Amino acid sequence: MKLNRKWINEEFVDLSHISDKEFVETLTVFGQKVETYERLDSDIRNVVVGKVVSMERHPNSDHMWICQVDVGQDAPIQIVTGAQNVRAGDLVPAALHNSWLPGGVHITKGKLRGEISNGMLCSLKELGLTLGDFPYAIEDGIWILQEDCQPGDDINAVIGNDDTVVDFEITNNRPDCYSIIGLAREAAAAFGKQMKHHEPVVHGSDAGSIFTELDVEVPAIHLCSRYTARMVANVKIGPSPKWLRQRLRANGIRAINNIVDITNYVMLEYGQPMHAFDYRYVSSGKIIVRESTEGETLTTLDGNVRSLKPGMLVIADEEKPIGLAGIMGGENSEILPDTTKVVFESANFNGTSIRQTALALGMRTESSGKFEKNLDPMMTLPAIQRACELVELLQCGDVLDGVIDILNHIPAPKELPLDVDAINALLGTQIPQETMEEYLRLLEIPVENGKIQVPSWRPDLNLTADIAEEVGRSYGYNEIPTTAFKTSTQGGYTPVMLFENQAGSLCRGLGYSEIITYSFVSPSVFDQIRLPENAPERNALRIQNPLGEDTSIMRTIALPSMLDILARNYVYHNKAAKLYELAKIYLPQTDQALPEEPKMLLLGSYGAGETFFRMKGELDAIFSALNLPRASYTAVQNNPSYHPGRCASVSINGIALGYLGQVHPLVVKNYGMDGEVFCAEINFTKLFALRLPDATYIPLPKYPGVNRDLSVVCAENVTVAQAEEVIQAAGGKLLQSIRLFDIYRGAGVPAGKKSMAFSLELRANDRTLTDSDSEQVMRNVLSALEEKLGASLR
Amino acid sequence: MKEQLEQIRRNAMEKLAVSHTLASLEELRLQFLGKKGEVTAVLKQMGKLSAEERPVMGQLANQVRADIEKLLEERRSALEAEALERKLEAEAVDVTIPGDSVSFGHQHPMNQVLEEIKNIFIGMGYQIVDGPEVELADYNFTRLNIEEGHPSRDRSDTFYFDDEDSILLRTQTSPMQIRVMEHAKPPICILAPGRVYRKDEADATHSPMFHQIEGLVVDEHITMGDLKGALVMLMKRLYGEDAQMRFRPHHFPFTEPSCEMDMQCHKCHGTGQVDGQVCSTCHGEGWIELLGAGMVHPKVLEGCGIDPAKYSGFAFGMGLERTAMGRMRINDLRLIFDNDIRFLNQF
Repeated sequence: MKLNRKWINEEFVDLSHISDKEFVETLTVFGQKVETYERLDSDIRNVVVGKVVSMERHPNSDHMWICQVDVGQDAPIQIVTGAQNVRAGDLVPAALHNSWLPGGVHITKGKLRGEISNGMLCSLKELGLTLGDFPYAIEDGIWILQEDCQPGDDINAVIGNDDTVVDFEITNNRPDCYSIIGLAREAAAAFGKQMKHHEPVVHGSDAGSIFTELDVEVPAIHLCSRYTARMVANVKIGPSPKWLRQRLRANGIRAINNIVDITNYVMLEYGQPMHAFDYRYVSSGKIIVRESTEGETLTTLDGNVRSLKPGMLVIADEEKPIGLAGIMGGENSEILPDTTKVVFESANFNGTSIRQTALALGMRTESSGKFEKNLDPMMTLPAIQRACELVELLQCGDVLDGVIDILNHIPAPKELPLDVDAINALLGTQIPQETMEEYLRLLEIPVENGKIQVPSWRPDLNLTADIAEEVGRSYGYNEIPTTAFKTSTQGGYTPVMLFENQAGSLCRGLGYSEIITYSFVSPSVFDQIRLPENAPERNALRIQNPLGEDTSIMRTIALPSMLDILARNYVYHNKAAKLYELAKIYLPQTDQALPEEPKMLLLGSYGAGETFFRMKGELDAIFSALNLPRASYTAVQNNPSYHPGRCASVSINGIALGYLGQVHPLVVKNYGMDGEVFCAEINFTKLFALRLPDATYIPLPKYPGVNRDLSVVCAENVTVAQAEEVIQAAGGKLLQSIRLFDIYRGAGVPAGKKSMAFSLELRANDRTLTDSDSEQVMRNVLSALEEKLGASLR
Repeated sequence: MKEQLEQIRRNAMEKLAVSHTLASLEELRLQFLGKKGEVTAVLKQMGKLSAEERPVMGQLANQVRADIEKLLEERRSALEAEALERKLEAEAVDVTIPGDSVSFGHQHPMNQVLEEIKNIFIGMGYQIVDGPEVELADYNFTRLNIEEGHPSRDRSDTFYFDDEDSILLRTQTSPMQIRVMEHAKPPICILAPGRVYRKDEADATHSPMFHQIEGLVVDEHITMGDLKGALVMLMKRLYGEDAQMRFRPHHFPFTEPSCEMDMQCHKCHGTGQVDGQVCSTCHGEGWIELLGAGMVHPKVLEGCGIDPAKYSGFAFGMGLERTAMGRMRINDLRLIFDNDIRFLNQF
């Protein structure tokens, strides 16, 4: 909402002695945040009123004139112009040497075809103005001033640019502040002043009564709390006076004609959007405020044909819609130069309905922007009175007797106690009652005998907490003493969070960097990672109104997010990457509305030195450091996202946790990469439940152990895990650990077979082992391997 | 015999002095002190001596042997020292060659800032909690006093999963206030960071997914002064003791009174200008908006079964991206979610 400071200084509260900076800072901390502010004269500098003393033809040009211009200096200066509408004696805007015009145009003196020109005579456009601002001027030519001014006067003062426009961010709870009066009230209170009020007075005329001309019906009661109408006859359409045009222009509204300007002026002043219909086109003299029906269209004032959806609120006559309620009028009832009879509408429409219609039609207007905040229904009458008062003031018509005022819903007056103790307790202050009452009085909130009469324009005041805010901001939020509350609570992370933090540290310790990816993905990711059509992961939550297909479903699997980031790094020519993420997935549930949101630990890598076994070792290191039991790995050939020969399912204590593997080359290709890419996806939420109890001390061995190596030849399809299992079972209690240290194929080993070499650590807790002890174990192990796996000693 | 021993000694001394290898030293040791060596040979003749001479000669012979051994030892250790020196010389490396590459991974910069913030609040007694991102409209809006028809409920702003607009992606971390208060009894002192979602196209300052940090304190006698105290403490820890804050009235449906907190711009120090130009960090305002906060709305407390006549509380919500970007001078939000390792490695 824009506020022209001059307007409130002249009409409501004189704050002209306050600098712009102080004004905006004071109002900002008072609760009306200033977005920006701008001196209107900052664009135009060193442009003055000039009087053309004499002019002669340029000797070297057939269209230019050499003018001697009185610019208020000792002697006239010479300015060359190419315009043809200037005559001696005219008052014109003269941009002097070293002057600035809107758009950063810099004017300096120079020679035009050999003749000195000490500046430039300006058109309206060159001063950033339009015909709407000064209707007597012409579009292509110098602006011949018909203003009360003298040579040498600053043109900014003539235009009315000696003003500052402040743009406020108004919060939703303060619809009253979408008006000059509302902001003036805030400004007055912020500076501890009382503002002036003006009660509109309409004298009336003998042009008749509205009741014989117009009938209003409001079937859409729930969408229109109040509808107020007055009429003006004998309308003389013409330009508005300068003061009115200036106030509109400073507020960014284009002057159109007196009637339309009046509605816009009242909208700014009172915050009550108004509309004027040409009575000629209100069929049968009947206005009906109703919901639109199927198939209706309306051409709005901007010339666009709008297809209305059923339920949109329209202003109609008996035949057709003539306006989109609260948003924009219809072209079919527009005020035209020959309009003679006008219906003013000042209504209160349902904010949500207006907002949704404006949104649906993509046409948010100044008016709809105000209505959507839910305006004060008490305002329609003063606003329409003000409009009629202006009609009389501008002498542009005769106001008909009578007001049509349909009241469907008027909120009951509210009364609140002034609970001084509760307010101080909430704020942490000791503000006396008298001070609080004074604050409220300045905000024009009446208090009598400890009772607050809430004004109709303050729908936000319902509870003592609301009053506390008024008191608090008047006292100054920054003056409230800063304290530390005395509640003593134990701060900390939950155990799961500590576990997550630890896992993150471990990943980083292994060289993995953390990534953060979107929770929503494209449905095409399932195809990209080659999931079959019937894969359960495809059952994902779908956003009904996504930004786009790429962010339309909640991920049920985190692998694509990791692949996406790996691929992006690949595209950036990063030679290697090691990344991790603790990523939530969103699993729809049949028995509850909300999905489960478990966290997955994702590892991903590519580049020199990255292998399946490296990642496997890292994963084991992470598990071990997280105090988890040893994981087991089982070959998985049928996970379509992974290399069929290089993928393992990971489980602990028989609980499946996820996968580790080399990503399938086709998937790698789908992501635009090349080469070997490795990923692990581990259900981190399940992992948390598998933690071992905290370690307790196990006595260190008293007796030395022995290491015995064993090399066996066996069939290719025998896995290390199988061999280890057999060794473990046969090794007995002396066997402390098994370590694979070599796998060999080639000379000395028959084709189709391989040799596996293990190092076994043997130890007893009660004695030093003898050679025969260890040989006995090794014999048992070997015969078990022979028997169970068909292995033979190499 | 004495002459003979003296001769052996001289002879040994001369030869040892010019011996330059460990092998030649060994040869000399055998020549003089070995079983068949010269000293041994002399000693073997001891039997021929008289009883008076024998101890004298014996002593001399031992002396000669000891002298030779001593010199042998000296020469050996000197030669070994030389050999070691040569070996070390040969082993010298260019210490400016880079070390073997070992590198730690990097925590995402935003999570670094989050961790710092969480730790500050833990120190102030806050329990960290989290909750669902796919949320009920009831928690995200209704119970936070955000009415039906409120613009933030629009489908242009909020992502929905069902036709009734009852299941959504939470647009704020504030539903955590409800989730905590409906179960816990005061004193409540929690911090709830997490992902939130709004229907904004991604650009330099917007993202459809971003992070917020929600704080909530409810107990008897909690005041707006306490709210200010907690937030000033956070900012001073995050930005240093010199950080200047201001509080402005604002509006949120679920707090009353409500405020926003700004920090004085670190670049222009509140002047709004740098070198005569409008400050690019605060756009000339002199202040940077950091967070929204307020006293928990009595209706919200009541809705969670907490008596607003007895208890009061404050809540605040801050954007994590903005805080991280400000602290790390990251100028484009998209970098946060791009995860380029050249970016991640900077932090």
